[in-house]
Amino acid sequence: MSIALRSLVYISLFLMSTQLWSVNDTKITSKEFPPVLSEFEFFIDQTQQLPADNVHSYELVTTLFSDYSYKSRFVYVPNRKKGIYQEDWVFDFPVGSALIKTFYYPNDERNLELGSKLLETRVLLHKEAGWEAVSYAWNEEQTEAFIKVAGKTINTSWVNHEGVKREVRYRVPNKNQCKECHSTNDVISPIGPKARNLDKQLTYGDGFKNQLAYLLQKGVIDSIPTNFQTVSDWEDESQSLEDRARAYLAINCGHCHTPSGVANSTGLYLDFNEVRPLHLGINKSPVATGRGSGNLKYSIVPGKAQESILLFRMISIDPGVMMPESGRSLVHTEAVSLVEEWINSMEN
Amino acid sequence: MNKNNLKILFFIIILFPTISYSKEVYLSPNENSYEQIQEALILLEPGDTLSLSEGFYSFEDGLSLDVDNVVIEGAGKDKTILSFKNQVTGAQGLLVTASGVILKNFAIEDSKGDALKIIGADGIYMINLRTEWTGGPKSTNGAYGLYPVESRDVLIDGCVAIGASDAGIYVGQSENIIVRNSRAHYNVAGIEIENSYYADVYDNVASHNTGGILVFDLPDLPQQGGHHVRVFRNQVVDNDTDNFAPEGNIVGEVPRGTGIIIQANSDVEVFDNDISGNGTVNLSIVTYSAETEDENYYPHPKSIQVHGNRFGKGGFDPDLDKVIAGILYELSEGHMPDIFWDGVLPLTQMIFGQPDEEKLILVNNGDASFLAIRPIKYMLSLPGITSTDIETYYGPIRPLSPVVMDIPEGV
Repeated sequence: MSIALRSLVYISLFLMSTQLWSVNDTKITSKEFPPVLSEFEFFIDQTQQLPADNVHSYELVTTLFSDYSYKSRFVYVPNRKKGIYQEDWVFDFPVGSALIKTFYYPNDERNLELGSKLLETRVLLHKEAGWEAVSYAWNEEQTEAFIKVAGKTINTSWVNHEGVKREVRYRVPNKNQCKECHSTNDVISPIGPKARNLDKQLTYGDGFKNQLAYLLQKGVIDSIPTNFQTVSDWEDESQSLEDRARAYLAINCGHCHTPSGVANSTGLYLDFNEVRPLHLGINKSPVATGRGSGNLKYSIVPGKAQESILLFRMISIDPGVMMPESGRSLVHTEAVSLVEEWINSMEN
Repeated sequence: MNKNNLKILFFIIILFPTISYSKEVYLSPNENSYEQIQEALILLEPGDTLSLSEGFYSFEDGLSLDVDNVVIEGAGKDKTILSFKNQVTGAQGLLVTASGVILKNFAIEDSKGDALKIIGADGIYMINLRTEWTGGPKSTNGAYGLYPVESRDVLIDGCVAIGASDAGIYVGQSENIIVRNSRAHYNVAGIEIENSYYADVYDNVASHNTGGILVFDLPDLPQQGGHHVRVFRNQVVDNDTDNFAPEGNIVGEVPRGTGIIIQANSDVEVFDNDISGNGTVNLSIVTYSAETEDENYYPHPKSIQVHGNRFGKGGFDPDLDKVIAGILYELSEGHMPDIFWDGVLPLTQMIFGQPDEEKLILVNNGDASFLAIRPIKYMLSLPGITSTDIETYYGPIRPLSPVVMDIPEGV
């Protein structure tokens, strides 16, 4: 066989192999969850988080704080299907779709090449009966992740931007906790992939482009809507204080604190669309807050962050006081500063 | 086939599926109790029972249940103890977000937030439970002991709630409720029914709280306009604990030594109770007094009937630190009444009178003393700012209907 022919065979074999590497669809839709993450075949190299061809990485403009962990997000939509745009809501990804999110700490945030430690991979699977959520926790060897319906505690640490070693009692959520946040009118739903929170410019292999355009090109979504307002990046100081603070609160609180969410009985609504000052917490008395009030009278006292229950609960790490109720054990100092500055900037 | 055989076949067909599919999971305390119990709570299937043997279970994280139609059962409310003294995560001891759940015969102690919270259940049955903060009344205790919210068909029977920094037994924004044969001690509020419809509260003991039984309605919430609450055959006695609620919470305004408070509800019937030993006031009927812009909210109590109660000693040690007690003390010149009504109504009604069916009715309450404010005279500083003539509130009783609830087998 000539060298040329041999190369051709190798190339075709290589192409075939990449074509053949596809997600195991039945694992997504079957009633039982597989015991290990690898059975889904979402990744070509799981430890390196290198996704299969039709599993696409994506990012969000503003993200949920999870004890400073980093997150890699992926979306999978079955062949020849697409996520349909829904106004003011997440794309409607069809049955058989999966959203995959891996949580990790870099060993040293100052030099990401020093590697990282994978903690857990959460999956949201669209089964016939609806979305279901569960998490897989990574083993010490970082070779496999195992299902943890009851959650798991991981005591770990990382070195942050300032070179400080931070210890954390990281909690992998149990299946019920997944639902607590992902529940809208008592039905599980994705939260992140809304057009307004996907609308950002990213660098791809073929250059700098809008993520929605990329996802359209890859067949993940059906269209690029125009009638929406992009959420602000809470860290982008070129944007207004109010937009940044509202974006942070919408993403970190608004999935429960919304009229259709788990915390609707409080009357405190922090979702993106809320405009009524009282329901945003301005001079709003607490309802069933107990010591979560911190001896303060209102959720937000304009101009007085230190008298605002909202800030008090963001600063606390006492489980009977802190907000959110789960998924956080450390104080998000930078976000506290933002919300503090926003409340102080309000006219009294 | 004869009739008996047919019957047997019938039983096999009907009962076989439940026998073969429902299972009972037994767990005992050990070092992996948290993982075992939480996993069981997730993997239970409708019809199953989780049985927790006698013993002391210690947890660092909150527990949660989201499976409908299961039973969680202990060996007794002083025998199976779920302790959250070492809790580091979770805003509750146990959170239930499922329907048709029976919880019985166990205790939840020292949770950092609420002891037992139930959200959005259609059918929740709490039988012989105990929730307690074991260090006594402290503002660092969690807010609520038993706390169903946004639920319907709520049964609380034979339970004990001790030491909550808000309410021991608190039913909020719910419908069709029975609270009976239960005890609430050393809480800020013993038993509280808030923004709820159709509740029967009877055969309970509320003592040594700040306030015994509260029937409240608050504005700006998804469910409001609380109505149809019957409070009867309760012992509401010796509520003498200083208010230890953190500020900001509405119960923080409750004076030490309050028996029953009715605030901004309609159709409340209070009868056949023993109400005594409450140092500020035995029974208080008041308007929601904070400002609100909620146009759908009615802040005044209406159609309140109080009859056939036995009032004992009251008002002997008023908690004058609280605004309402101070006003009452001044108006009564130190003679605190057994029954107090603040008299506040919509302006037109204060001038032209209330519709008959909305009037406060007070009959057959022994020699209970009474004081109502006449707000217009009060504001204009005219003479006769109070009325103490209870006979002007006599009227026919229109009994409210009892709560009807289908209680499942196994309760």
